[in-house]
Amino acid sequence: MAGFDKRVGTYEEAMAGIESGMTVIAGGFGLCGIPENLIAEIKRRGVTDLTVYSNNCGVDGFGLGLLLEDRQIKTIHASYVGENALFEQQMLEGDIEVVLTPQGTLAEKMRAGGAGIPAFYTATGYGTPIGEGKEVREFNGRHYILEESVVGDFAIVKGWKADRYGNVVYRDTAQNFNPLAATAGKITVVEVEEIVEPGELKPDQIHTPGIYVDRIIQGSFEKRIEKRTVHQG
Amino acid sequence: MALTREQMAMRVARELEDGFYVNLGIGIPTLVANYVPDDIDVMLQSENGLLGMGRFPTEEEVDPDMINAGKQTVTARPGAAIFSSAESFAMIRGGHVDLTVLGAFEVDQHGNIASWMIPGKLIKGMGGAMDLVAGAENIICTMTHASKHGESKLLEQCTLPLTGAGCINRVLTDLAYLEIEDGAFVLKERAPGVSVEEIVEKTAGKLVVPEHVPEMVFGD
Repeated sequence: MAGFDKRVGTYEEAMAGIESGMTVIAGGFGLCGIPENLIAEIKRRGVTDLTVYSNNCGVDGFGLGLLLEDRQIKTIHASYVGENALFEQQMLEGDIEVVLTPQGTLAEKMRAGGAGIPAFYTATGYGTPIGEGKEVREFNGRHYILEESVVGDFAIVKGWKADRYGNVVYRDTAQNFNPLAATAGKITVVEVEEIVEPGELKPDQIHTPGIYVDRIIQGSFEKRIEKRTVHQG
Repeated sequence: MALTREQMAMRVARELEDGFYVNLGIGIPTLVANYVPDDIDVMLQSENGLLGMGRFPTEEEVDPDMINAGKQTVTARPGAAIFSSAESFAMIRGGHVDLTVLGAFEVDQHGNIASWMIPGKLIKGMGGAMDLVAGAENIICTMTHASKHGESKLLEQCTLPLTGAGCINRVLTDLAYLEIEDGAFVLKERAPGVSVEEIVEKTAGKLVVPEHVPEMVFGD
């Protein structure tokens, strides 16, 4: 009866099977809702030549920024980068390839990849450098470009709570790209703040159904804040 | 006198209507939230997955799981909803957001906008801007009319790589409020004390000047 028990006990087990040259899809927006311990485990393993899909690339010394230190990322597909001196340097020196991707297109690439749709048309980027070289079609008098979806060898995800079946809920805006990444990994690993008993999460409140999830691990999180902004007065 | 950043935000806020869902970009657009008239209700959309963005948190309320698209800590207002990035861009791309306000480097008379990339300078990325301009029917672009060196940013044709093609129809600069119609800028209003001549001189693209161009009025 352990067939649905997705729990693993260590981060080493959680990332077992990751190899150099693989494609990794990561949840998170800025530093919010990033799978910080799974990223740290990828760093520890020292795998290289990774292709990463993530909205951003962390900051110096935290999040995906950690993987820059030993040049583990070959290519990153992201919508906004450069909050990060090391990243800037590696980009200028040509050590990392950056495929800038509009944020909504990046999200849809993951959603479609996980849903078995190989490509989709979007008006986003038509007539811009992003549309260059891509197939264009006209629907109802408007131009759209063809964008290909993505499936990763691994998807790394940060959730709030999960049960052993791999059902996951996210907390507040830490949701962001996480449920999309979760659908788009050949192996999807979710780290959460708390693993709860089956039945504690209401079935109709589940954000990511367990069918998408291969491994669940409970961790503790730093949850660094990028731009602490408070109400004056 | 050219408009201040606050006056630009105040002028944009006059375009808000009761019941509007609005996405505000970084910079001057963000300030628009401070000037929503008391007698209307608008919901702010933040593209990281929050509809109904509230004020910034107090020290006690700061929560790393609650941020806006500018990565600042925020709160959610009553009636807010939180969702994934795919859902967020479904509502943006699908045309469900009533008004988008964003900044730009250049806009041209064909409604093209360049706002994300200056060749030779470090490129950080477009974030959600390309999706926003492609999805919204109703966009107000806020920018200074000319560069510090006096070069017009309202052009016949954008010179920088585009964010979107043919998608802008309204521009508020520090000198004027203009609409884009049939391949030309139409001067609708001018900043207090700014002459039509100055606007003409600082607009490189085709400019249509109606007989009467009212001056913007700002109260207290």
